Amino acid sequence: MEQTNETQEKKIERMPRIGEPAPQFEAVTTQGNIKLEDFKGSWLILFSHPADFTPVCTTEFIGFAQIHPRLREMNCELMGLSIDSVYSHIAWARNVEEKLGQKLTFPIIADLNKEVASKYGMIMPGESKTETSRCVFVIDDKQILRAMIYYPLTTGRNMDEILRLIQALQTTDEHGVATPANWHPGDKVIVPPPNTQEMAEERVKNTKFECNDWYFCKKELGGK
Amino acid sequence: MACVNPDGTITETAKALLRDIENPKTPVEISKQLGQPLFKIRSSLREMVNAGLVKEEEDKFVITKEGEKKLTV
Repeated sequence: MEQTNETQEKKIERMPRIGEPAPQFEAVTTQGNIKLEDFKGSWLILFSHPADFTPVCTTEFIGFAQIHPRLREMNCELMGLSIDSVYSHIAWARNVEEKLGQKLTFPIIADLNKEVASKYGMIMPGESKTETSRCVFVIDDKQILRAMIYYPLTTGRNMDEILRLIQALQTTDEHGVATPANWHPGDKVIVPPPNTQEMAEERVKNTKFECNDWYFCKKELGGK
Repeated sequence: MACVNPDGTITETAKALLRDIENPKTPVEISKQLGQPLFKIRSSLREMVNAGLVKEEEDKFVITKEGEKKLTV
């Protein structure tokens, strides 16, 4: 029995975790062989979809292509992935452009051997053993995994939320702040709570912040 | 941005890249000059180095004689 458990554990790849270096890979894509390290210096949204030529995925790809220019303004690239061949990806991309008028401007990984999908935990065997779920991995310019979103096969992702997530993470990095629920650029941000009693006492006296209590203070970002 | 076709010819994008590196340049410099994302430039340079069309010299890339031949075809 112990041996069986051990064998099962060996088969399960360790899931990636927020705050750790993103698992490196080299993959065949619709734009040639690409290594994850090629993206160093820019942010990357690596996302998976179940299969080419399926309706929910098609709506998502149109959505991703539509936000791509805004992401690039934020120094953020996009790269898709599914367990399909590069020829399938090319045919689907051409079909989306021809039938739906949307050019797909980002590379799509042909992960036929499931190597990248396994490294990133994109396959949910409870849903499907042969398709990747709708996963989103936000990798920053230093190649650290900063956020993950997992959606089931049935449910298309929200592009506004993905944009908002990048904006929030970059705001955190630039200003050393956190962002509250439903935050959007221009809203007040959260000042990290004080770590000591002395800092807490100073915090409540600080008139620059809008504080409900010592641990819960917000502020405007100058010029933002 | 795969650069080298199976028949040995190169794409128009690859030609533009080769023309841009008659003098050695870094990937960042090439990216800015061509208006292409840095990841595509890095990927293309790797492919063209493997094909002998480009060589790396102290973190900069420059066209080889083989690469110059491809531009004349």
